[in-house]
Amino acid sequence: MIHVDRSEKIYIIISVALIAVFFVAVAVSSFVYGIQVPLPESRVDPRTIATPAPGNFFGEPGLYEVGPGKYNAYIMSQIWSFTPREITVPVGSTVTFYVTSKDVQHGFRINETNVNMQIVPGEVSKLTVTFDEAREYDYICHEYCGVGHQTMAGKIIVTEQ
Amino acid sequence: MFARENKLTAWHLGVAMIALFIGGFFGPLQKLEYVGVNLYSTLNKIGIASYYQGLTLHAVLNALVWTTFFIVGFFTFTITRSLNKELTMPKLNAVGLITMIIGLIMAAIPILMNLATVLFTFYPPMKANPFFYIGLVLVVVGSWICGWGFYLTYFAWRKENPGVQTPIIALGSLITMVLWQIATLGVATELLVMVIPWSFGLVEGIDPQLARTFFWFTGHPLVYFWLLPAYVSWYGMMPKQAGGKLFSEPLARLVFWLFLALSVPVGLHHQYLDPGVPAGWKFLHGLLTYSLFLPSMLTAFNVVASLEIGGRNNGGTGLLGWVRALPWGDPSYAAQNLAMILFVFGGIGGLTNSSYNLNLVIHNTSWVPGHFHLTVGSAVTLTFFGILYWLVPKLSGKPLWNRKVALVQAWTWFAGMLLMGNGLHILGLNFGVPRRTMVGVAAYASDAWNPMLIEAAIGGIILGISGLLFYSNMIGTVLSKKRLEAPIEMPVAEAYDEHPAPAWLDNWKPWLAITVVLIVVAYGPILFDMIANANMTSPGFKVW
Repeated sequence: MIHVDRSEKIYIIISVALIAVFFVAVAVSSFVYGIQVPLPESRVDPRTIATPAPGNFFGEPGLYEVGPGKYNAYIMSQIWSFTPREITVPVGSTVTFYVTSKDVQHGFRINETNVNMQIVPGEVSKLTVTFDEAREYDYICHEYCGVGHQTMAGKIIVTEQ
Repeated sequence: MFARENKLTAWHLGVAMIALFIGGFFGPLQKLEYVGVNLYSTLNKIGIASYYQGLTLHAVLNALVWTTFFIVGFFTFTITRSLNKELTMPKLNAVGLITMIIGLIMAAIPILMNLATVLFTFYPPMKANPFFYIGLVLVVVGSWICGWGFYLTYFAWRKENPGVQTPIIALGSLITMVLWQIATLGVATELLVMVIPWSFGLVEGIDPQLARTFFWFTGHPLVYFWLLPAYVSWYGMMPKQAGGKLFSEPLARLVFWLFLALSVPVGLHHQYLDPGVPAGWKFLHGLLTYSLFLPSMLTAFNVVASLEIGGRNNGGTGLLGWVRALPWGDPSYAAQNLAMILFVFGGIGGLTNSSYNLNLVIHNTSWVPGHFHLTVGSAVTLTFFGILYWLVPKLSGKPLWNRKVALVQAWTWFAGMLLMGNGLHILGLNFGVPRRTMVGVAAYASDAWNPMLIEAAIGGIILGISGLLFYSNMIGTVLSKKRLEAPIEMPVAEAYDEHPAPAWLDNWKPWLAITVVLIVVAYGPILFDMIANANMTSPGFKVW
């Protein structure tokens, strides 16, 4: 075995314990408290996904009410805009975002929330958030998508009940 | 002896420094754009069409060309000196160098013609000119050929020296080269099998999710390919420069082996927010990424302990008195020690990036360039500057033009990176400012960003000045008429502990086996699944 100095042994034990504590904390926050990352939802054909067709919500992107205070938001990304550019929901709403792209890769982040996703053509990215404050939130494209990338953004307006 | 090796090293380092000069030029311009000073309309006159074309040059030349050429050149020097053996097939290494240069030119032309404004990640279905991709492949293949030249030299040395332990400088360099060759299989597959046929129009569609996965197979070990040459210097050379000895040589060896085994099967932590990767695989890669924290923690202890030996040998006493006794007046030493201090911040931020869901908060924000300017831009680049402060005088046979200027250069780089790193981290964390974006004209920009944008811009300007100081010193040295009074030798740290490292720390077989098994376990099933169900539907787009 390797000869290891006593002080270094103690340091190694502390380092390993630190990593273990961090790992458990992340595991608990994601699987007990449900702070999740986007996971495989469904796959699409980016060449046809924007075409209106029965059952294709991305053909008519927008906000769909699916229950009391519950919404699905279908958002289409393309260079260099999101469709729709603006969404209005009442405070307390839980919104599930479904986002895809019909051209290159994009990003989707709603600032000051835990919604942050890569948007990859051929894949649908999905995350859910509850809006507890009546205010506006920006959603922005955070993946370089060409010379107009910095203009690609939208707004969520959360209104008083 | 070593005339050919010196010449090859000098060529690699020369190309690396020219690349960094051109790539680095755009850095301050980006930060000025952040505060509303847009110089890109002026750059139109010299053929730079957009912020993003400049950004592509900045990223490709700094992150890929400066690093790869420097590292291959540095290793040509370290491996042959550490083994005290000339290259067995110097022509092979010359072929490697020429291949790398041809690749660089082939990739640079489309970028300069605005035909490849795809940044260094070149995510499909953004489609660049095919020669951009072919050029990148040739740079990588050229570096492989140089690596084969190193292996042949090592095998010959092994035969002549049975039972002798591989010196740590050579071992660390060789492990890094093997790591690179395994890691780049991902991007080589992406380019050769998917992207290049598609960019020539031979196939219609590409699967962007699969391409991303191949890219990040290479993308994370890439950062250890950058970092480990700095570790070679920190472990193998700096203790000597500080007047000390390497505190625990066996643990230093273990660190390099651990990086070989653990660097590759972690790439999915760059894809936590990708829609097409299942939770279990993301989580497994998250766990393996955390385990990479250990060799860096080991390094922090071991290197600092080695420097402490030096400080105390130099007469330093007390709990921290030895720090003042370190050779802060030696620019080579000071630059590398400052690089280490910045790496502490880079490493801590890296833990956030690699944490499965904590990553949500900072993913693709300016936090990330803040992070990698403290790591590859500081820990690595400032260490490389420190190495060049002895290596260029060694190779040119001329003394460093101005030691004071070199010291000011190291400290201004340190200050500039602290300011820029702090600004970018806070902008990303508190405001969600996106990375790689023309922030100064962003539709959603807010006045609340201004203080940190200004801080980052001040940092960027200081870095620009620091860069000019570095180049004035390099040019001044090479053009100087003075000759070295005494020859410079590579600093080689002795081991402090007399216990020799056990044989398993000088044996490639078990470590290569662990490396392959970990890659197969962590990537095999998910890659098989993604390939079997490939979604080759995306046509190409030119979006610049």
